[in-house]
Amino acid sequence: MKVLTRPKTSFISTRNACKLCSPLGACFVMRGIENCIPLIHGSQGCATYIRRYGISHFREPLDIASSNFVETTAIFGGRDNLFKALDNVIQQYQPDAIGITSTCLSETMGEDVELYLREYAKLRRTSLSPLFFYASTPSYRGTHIDGFNEAVCAVIKATANNENQKTNEDKQRINLISPFVSCEDVREFHRILQAFDVPYTLLPDYSETLDGVAWQDYQKIPNGGTTLADIAKMKYADTTITFNGDSANFPLNNVVHLPLPIGVDNTDKFFDTLKNITNRESATMSYERGRLIDAYFDGHKYVSGKRAVVYGDKMFVAALKSFLEEIGINVVLAADGAETDFETMLETIRSSRCSKTELADKPDFIIGNSKGLYLSRALGIPLVRCGFPIHDRIGGHRILHIGYRGTLNLFERICNTLIEYKQNQEPFGWTYV
Amino acid sequence: MLAFIPERQHQILEKGRDTYEMECAKPSTAGSVSQRSCVFCGSRVVLYPIADALHLVHGPIGCAAYTWDIRGSMSQGAQLHRLSFSTDLQENEVIHGGEKKLYKALTELIKQYQPNAAFVYCTCIVGLIGDDVEAVCKRVEKEQKIRVIPVHSEGFKGTKKDGYRAACEALFELVDSPQADYLTSAIHSSPPPTINILGEFNLAGETLMIKDYYRRMGVKVAVCFTGDCKIADIEKARTASLNVVQCSGSMTSLAKIMQEKFGTPFKRVSYFGIEDMSKALYDVAEHFKSKEMLQRTQNLVKKEVSVLLPKLTRYRRDLEGRKAAIYVGGPFKAFSLIKALRHLGMETVVVGSQTGTKEDYELLKEITQEGTILCDDSNPLELSRFVLEKGADLLIGGVKERPIAYKMGIGFCDHNHERKIALAGFEGMLNFAKEVHCTVMSPVWKFSPARRQYFAEPPI
Repeated sequence: MKVLTRPKTSFISTRNACKLCSPLGACFVMRGIENCIPLIHGSQGCATYIRRYGISHFREPLDIASSNFVETTAIFGGRDNLFKALDNVIQQYQPDAIGITSTCLSETMGEDVELYLREYAKLRRTSLSPLFFYASTPSYRGTHIDGFNEAVCAVIKATANNENQKTNEDKQRINLISPFVSCEDVREFHRILQAFDVPYTLLPDYSETLDGVAWQDYQKIPNGGTTLADIAKMKYADTTITFNGDSANFPLNNVVHLPLPIGVDNTDKFFDTLKNITNRESATMSYERGRLIDAYFDGHKYVSGKRAVVYGDKMFVAALKSFLEEIGINVVLAADGAETDFETMLETIRSSRCSKTELADKPDFIIGNSKGLYLSRALGIPLVRCGFPIHDRIGGHRILHIGYRGTLNLFERICNTLIEYKQNQEPFGWTYV
Repeated sequence: MLAFIPERQHQILEKGRDTYEMECAKPSTAGSVSQRSCVFCGSRVVLYPIADALHLVHGPIGCAAYTWDIRGSMSQGAQLHRLSFSTDLQENEVIHGGEKKLYKALTELIKQYQPNAAFVYCTCIVGLIGDDVEAVCKRVEKEQKIRVIPVHSEGFKGTKKDGYRAACEALFELVDSPQADYLTSAIHSSPPPTINILGEFNLAGETLMIKDYYRRMGVKVAVCFTGDCKIADIEKARTASLNVVQCSGSMTSLAKIMQEKFGTPFKRVSYFGIEDMSKALYDVAEHFKSKEMLQRTQNLVKKEVSVLLPKLTRYRRDLEGRKAAIYVGGPFKAFSLIKALRHLGMETVVVGSQTGTKEDYELLKEITQEGTILCDDSNPLELSRFVLEKGADLLIGGVKERPIAYKMGIGFCDHNHERKIALAGFEGMLNFAKEVHCTVMSPVWKFSPARRQYFAEPPI
């Protein structure tokens, strides 16, 4: 089976989707900016569904406002609703920025949100006026990942024309566009960049806004997020590192597209890039790399020759596949959620089209988000949970995937899942494995 | 009580302090971060448990993805409702129309999954691009020889309540099915006492528990809408002589249609808490005017309550004097919860709902204590403030309310449609006590920074 191609299906409908709609991705970018609140221009349900979906994963408050279309809005346009929503959001939350996203409804109506926003700014100009980011995210175009990338572009564009000057402190400045990864991954990106001791902007950063401490007072907008000051500096960074694929067209200088740093090879590429830019090395990171390789040696027999199914976002799947192959796992199906759904994956595996050259007739495990539970149960094989969403475990948003440490975590999860599965199948409960 | 948004001022009221009448039953205020969902959601949750039907969401992918496996509704036998189907409309179809894709999608899915009926949910843009969903459904119905029913659930065409109504209208299409055999399913033809249950969704097997109570009373249940519900059952609905409406917000409109068309009377009941569960059974017994049935009901209630009450004592001992906040979809559940909490020694200090009416809030005002905050279509900022100001030890709500409680170090009980624990009936009351006890009495709250600040007495 070729990877990352659409498994053959004659179905025209999508059955058990392995993707989400674009406003969802955009909302998480907006949530990763300091004192910024997302606002969805459309029906109330869009905001509420995305909140509920996100809350089940992050287990954190996730306030997303809505311009709350009603029937007359669909006829006469959403300008008044948007103005009212902005008024009320500003009054309630006192944000520094509002991240507005469109929906299939407002896009199909042909709403000119950018014009509305200019009008609003003129009408209500005060010293407290927040900054507006607008991402066009009709849900019939692309997936949540496209919405995520679109929102990143919107944020960069909105701050591209400000007048601040590059200072000496900004020499060798780096932008890192964090892809749609876990809160722990975002923290790991920070730690890695800090180890190379360069000034940087990491966008978006929801590591604290969506994984904060227990509160003393209710925080209207949770602390944390990329600061607007750091975003303003992005335009004069020397290099921008992204892991979002070539299709993400970020309007910045010298954009370096890298694979998501999962696995030794992929992470090496990331570190080599950092080394080249900064002319620095990190002894800590080299040590962590060594420890990962040592763990590979210790655990290789538990995974060698095993067969895996990988699914999820394209970049995530590509990185996982490369990592799994690096440790001797045969990836029998790598499914890009934008192109295929869970029912098609199941049918593909069952029809054994993916195992022609293999002796065994089914994979040993599947790896991806928690919606794969159906697949796992239908096939009777274990699921290694990672990515987004994890709705059936605690701490899904704290799974570390990236860098040498993230790879080590995934490696151990895979080994231990396979060991536990085997242990549960055996009549004896061996205490040494 | 001061609202964050002036427009919402009269949707919040403190009993004994504010004299104005509650405002309610209006569209959510733009920018308020309402906890409500949309019309589509209303339809989707009501019809979702029908397990042998195909549920096809016509629109872009989001609406289907976010409602995949959204309820804890269980089914004996068919499990088709647990799959998520979408026409996954793309830009091209939005421009040129989605009818062709809908037709193909319906046909292929019916061939593959052999459902006993199909529901097609219209989402926001379907209403806008003007697909003739009715015509497509009719054509497929004819070709595939199963009922194919359009559900007019465009998200922006009202509130969740309008979605309930659209679902009830779709259900009535099946109740009044021209294909049904009129000889075996004539109106009120089942020998009494036969009832239908409306608005009971078999979360964690609750429908089976409730049906068993009725069985012990000697009452037959023709169909439960829509818990553990199959298409063939629905066509039997008109044979029953009484409709018992449990989740009144969602299904009163079906009861009203059936009253109008078939003359079937209905009663509003609640299966939560000891009094309301007992009353739900007694009301049915009284309706059928049978002394034997009344006797059997008394025996049943006596037996269940005598087993339950001693078990509740130990939970009540710990929970006595603690305070609760309630924020639920429909206020009918809130009435029951306030009473159920009193059995555990707890008073309600905040109570709100997404879809309450003036009468509902009047009744809530009556049965709560002075100082209780009532709120309609509230939002996270309001709820968090009320909960803290009133010193609640517990918040009862759904997943969206959960982080409000946990972030501040306050107990939480999920009483929404996603839950996996049976809370209805007498057994459910015991589960409810355990649920409340295990969260309120957890020792972890002693670490809560908010509690240290807001609560005069630190938690246990």
